Amino acid sequence: MLMGSLGMNTALARTILVGFIREEVRKVGLTRAVLGLSGGIDSALVAFLAAEALGPENVQAIIMPYRTSNPESEAHARLAAEQLGIRHDVIEITSMVDAYFESYPDADNMRRGNKMARERMTILYDHSAAWSALVLGTSNKTELLLGYGTLYGDMASALNPIGDIYKSQVWQLSEAMGVPRVIIDKKPSADLWAGQTDEQELGFTYREVDELLYHMIDLRYSRNELIVKGFGADFIDKIQAKVQNSHFKRRLPVIAKVSNRTIDRDFRYSRDWGK
Amino acid sequence: MDFTVALAQIKPKLGCVADNLALAEVSVADAVKAGAELVLFPELALTGYFLKDLVPDVALSLDAPEINRLKELSRHIAIVIGCVEVSSDYRFFNSALYFEAGELRHVHRKVYLPTYGMFDEQRYLARGERFRAFDSRFGRLGILICEDMWHLSAPYILAMDGATTLLCLSSSPGRGVSEDESLGSTSAWQKLTATTAMFLNCRVLYCNRVGYEDGVSFWGGSEVVSPAGSVTARGRLFEEDLVLARVEEGELRRERIFSPLMRDESLSVTLKELARIDRERGC
Repeated sequence: MLMGSLGMNTALARTILVGFIREEVRKVGLTRAVLGLSGGIDSALVAFLAAEALGPENVQAIIMPYRTSNPESEAHARLAAEQLGIRHDVIEITSMVDAYFESYPDADNMRRGNKMARERMTILYDHSAAWSALVLGTSNKTELLLGYGTLYGDMASALNPIGDIYKSQVWQLSEAMGVPRVIIDKKPSADLWAGQTDEQELGFTYREVDELLYHMIDLRYSRNELIVKGFGADFIDKIQAKVQNSHFKRRLPVIAKVSNRTIDRDFRYSRDWGK
Repeated sequence: MDFTVALAQIKPKLGCVADNLALAEVSVADAVKAGAELVLFPELALTGYFLKDLVPDVALSLDAPEINRLKELSRHIAIVIGCVEVSSDYRFFNSALYFEAGELRHVHRKVYLPTYGMFDEQRYLARGERFRAFDSRFGRLGILICEDMWHLSAPYILAMDGATTLLCLSSSPGRGVSEDESLGSTSAWQKLTATTAMFLNCRVLYCNRVGYEDGVSFWGGSEVVSPAGSVTARGRLFEEDLVLARVEEGELRRERIFSPLMRDESLSVTLKELARIDRERGC
């Protein structure tokens, strides 16, 4: 069942997002973009959008597996890159991540997962400098609102074309753009350890939470209106808390105010200042 | 009179007045070459939209060299263009300037500064205080800037002041992608321009910009709407364009005969009732 409210005119979304990448990259005097390709649907979709916006020759995908990554992920990443004809390189992150955790052998999965995400970020930003290419973000609106991502890891980017579309819409747009079927159909996974799936870890499905987030955030339904609409009170409260508690991840670091003109408080400019 | 209008659907650079003036000069030249007699630019065409703290840096006083250049250009074609205007007491306005025959003939300062949701205009800008129609070689005109158009009273006042052509300069952000064929903002504006034209038996010349600022797209789709509310020309969506259309006096004459809403509109009833509302609100 496709929920009416999250249905999307994919041709229109495609026009806006392709135009966004093209213009925001060229505006800063560049022609190229680099992104991490995980084998999942979000980064595949961004690769498709970027290849259309900039031409496949101007997009570089970096596949960055860790030793516990599912080999299928790398295969799917290659499949997407090959279909697009974009350059793709595999850079293993195992040695760097393991070198660090030799000193912290008791570190839990979360610390390890965060380290992997940040290791990948440093590689993307190094390639950004080496290849004069902007780093494209691949976090969707659902993940960003739930805080289901690593701050300064996978959440770091120069431009994020899909940060305002929910996972349910990522699926629709991916279909419209011809992302390989196997990538669309598989269960979303952060692939930090074997068998992990997002929905199992989160405790609800993307379709459920997208419907709730859409009514809560986009349409600003009150708690009572959401209950009348049929959402469970516990589910509403849980998601509301997730959004609130992860808000720090969506903001720049907090600066203590001392002067009369503090960055981002009373020193305000668009990023496209002069562009 | 019959005339040809050009809607210059440009992509301004944020905070770069010199670059944007150069861009405008190109459109003016193209419009002249195409035989247009009037060229419209978008809201804040000389500066870009999400200016924030750049407002004082890009503001022009009405004796600035850029204004003189526009005066010169208007010897060949009438020009309406948006900029930030600074007054002698250092208030900054989101203004639209009308140039004709080498002179600055009219200034409209945006009255309704949206300050909600994604908009923050009143933080940076001062509010205009009037809607005034004015005479031009194209008949009596009225200027509205973007949000002004969304307040029924604004085009109403201009039409009651005798304007038969409404010029609307816009920087409308693209938002509201749903299953519908059009973007939410596109379909809302298209309803608005057509309905305004129809209610007031006025032509509407609507010029919207394109390009992106910090991830926000501007959707273009500039249009010429006849006094009957039908669209006679429409610009491309999301892409730069120079929309040319022939505007016929006969169309206005015929519509005003067919549907004499403005003739019958009662200023005295409106004024009486508004005065009553004002009195009652006061107690």
